[in-house]
This record gives sequence, C-alpha cells and structure tokens, in this order.
Amino acid sequence: MYKIAVIGDKDSILGFGALGLETHFAKDSMDASQILNRLAKENYGVIYLTEEYALGAENVIARYQDQMTPAIILIPGAKGSLGIGMRAVSKSVERAVGADILFKDQS
Amino acid sequence: MAVMNVNPTRMELKRLKKRLETAQRGHKLLKDKRDELMKQFLEIVKENRILRTEVEERLSRANKSFLLARASLSGEAIETAILYPLQTAALSITTKNIMSVNVPRFSYELSNSDPSAIYPYGFAATSSELDAAIYHLSDVLERMLKLAESEKSAQLLAQEIERTRRRVNALEYVMIPDLRDTIKSITMKLEENERGNITRLMKVKDMMVKQQIEQHRANEE
Repeated sequence: MYKIAVIGDKDSILGFGALGLETHFAKDSMDASQILNRLAKENYGVIYLTEEYALGAENVIARYQDQMTPAIILIPGAKGSLGIGMRAVSKSVERAVGADILFKDQS
Repeated sequence: MAVMNVNPTRMELKRLKKRLETAQRGHKLLKDKRDELMKQFLEIVKENRILRTEVEERLSRANKSFLLARASLSGEAIETAILYPLQTAALSITTKNIMSVNVPRFSYELSNSDPSAIYPYGFAATSSELDAAIYHLSDVLERMLKLAESEKSAQLLAQEIERTRRRVNALEYVMIPDLRDTIKSITMKLEENERGNITRLMKVKDMMVKQQIEQHRANEE
C-alpha cells in the first residue's frame, strides 16, 4: 500500500490532514525539496506540492519525473493558482512534440 | 555524403544491403510507434488540461472557505480540531500498459467509509466555515488523484516519445543515408574494377591477335 503526502505551507494544506492524507509543513522551497527527497525514498505514490514551493525545487521535481512513483503533482496554494502547474503540462508537450502545439494560444 | 570505413568487397556489400533493409524496417516500425504514442499522448494531455483547470478552481474555492474558517477560529483551534484524522487514505497502484509504456493507475481507499469521517472534531468548538472547507477538499480529492494519474502518464509518455523520436531521426537522417552512400560507393568501386578488368582482357586479346598475325606472315615467307 502506498501513501499520499501533501507538502506546503500550513495555510494551504492544513485541511488535507482531515481527509487522511499526510501533511508535511515546509517553511520555504529549500525545506520543501528536502522533505520531497526524503519522502521519495519511502513508499509514497503521490506527493502534492504547492506551486509556491515548487518554484525553488525544480531539479528535485525533475529527478522524479521519469519514474513511476512518486508522482509529484503541483497544486495551487492559499494564494491561488500561479499557473506553474499548467506550465508543467505544456512543458511535457514540448518535450514530446518538440514544440508547444496545444497551449500556444494561451501563454 | 558520409561513407563508412569498410572494404569494398562483394561480401561487405551484401552485408550492408542486409543492414539497410533492417534499418528501413526498423525505421518504419518506430515511426508507427511514435505516431501512435503521440495520438495517445495528446488525448491524455487534453484530459489533463481539463482536469487541472477544474482541480485548481475547486482547490482555490476550498482555500477560500478555509481562509474564512481561519478568520472565525484561532489557528490553534483549527489545528487541534484536525490534528487526529478519523480516516487514513491508502493508495493502491496498478499499472496500465500504453504502447509498452507502463503508466500508473491510482485508486485510494479510505479506512473509514462513514461519510462524516472527514470531520474529525466536535461541532461545538468549530465554525461551519471549517466544515465547508473540508467538505470542498474531500470533494476535490478524487479528481486530484485522477489528475496525478494523467499527469504522470503524460510525463512518462513524453519521455518515451522523445526517445522514440530521437531513434527515428537517427535512423532517418544518419543511419540510412550513410548505408545508402556506402553501398553506392562500393558498387561503383566494384564496377570500376570490372571495367578495368574488361579493358585489360581486350588489350591482352589484341596483343595475342597481333602476335599470331606476325607469326603467320613469318611462316608464309
């Protein structure tokens, strides 16, 4: 059985605890990448990370991108969506196709 | 024009021709694989995009109600209220094979099936805003998992497509032209040898004929 974790600042992710997900509070993106690295070694299937902290943790995220687990998924934090998660989707399109063919009109 | 460093012999020519044939077949197969992967990938990405917009919208709604809850309750009160959840979520992963790329399928199970188990606190000490916030979150959880599934699939497929595309290009623009050029140059060299041989034979024949004519004349005199 795998576990689901949520990493972010307290305001953004406190509520997930009530649903039975594991919440890990981070102070900044450095802290978040450390937690991310630690959790990736254990059996977490999905790790949700707030966009705000994802900004400074790109290389850690990239490291686990080609593995099946953990799936690191960006979610908007308390401050609302920053559009980083969406950009990650268009980036994978770019990687596959060589050019961004789906999101051109938006960004 | 890049000719490989091989001996221009008939054996080598035969070997190269066989290699070219294999390369062409491989190229065709890989191209088909790439096209099909791309088709699947674009479908997943489209789904992913819709899911993400929805999840982001719902999550920000949940965050807004959470903000309201924080305004009406102290931080400590909220923390103590949800410190000990009544349910835990266990995730099980199965894999699905898309064009020989293994992508995960997530499904989760809650240890407590009671729908009220998402509220691990007494209602006396908390406000209804907190209930609303947590209700919104639990509402979006399933979609978040779907999102994780499709996003991971998209990433894994993107990696595979990139690799396949590189292989196709390497075959199309390097391997196959190189093999063609080498085959051509070997054929030309062999033909040249053949022509040289024929001229030599003709020359030798000429010389022999001349010799015989001279001998004939000498005999007559």
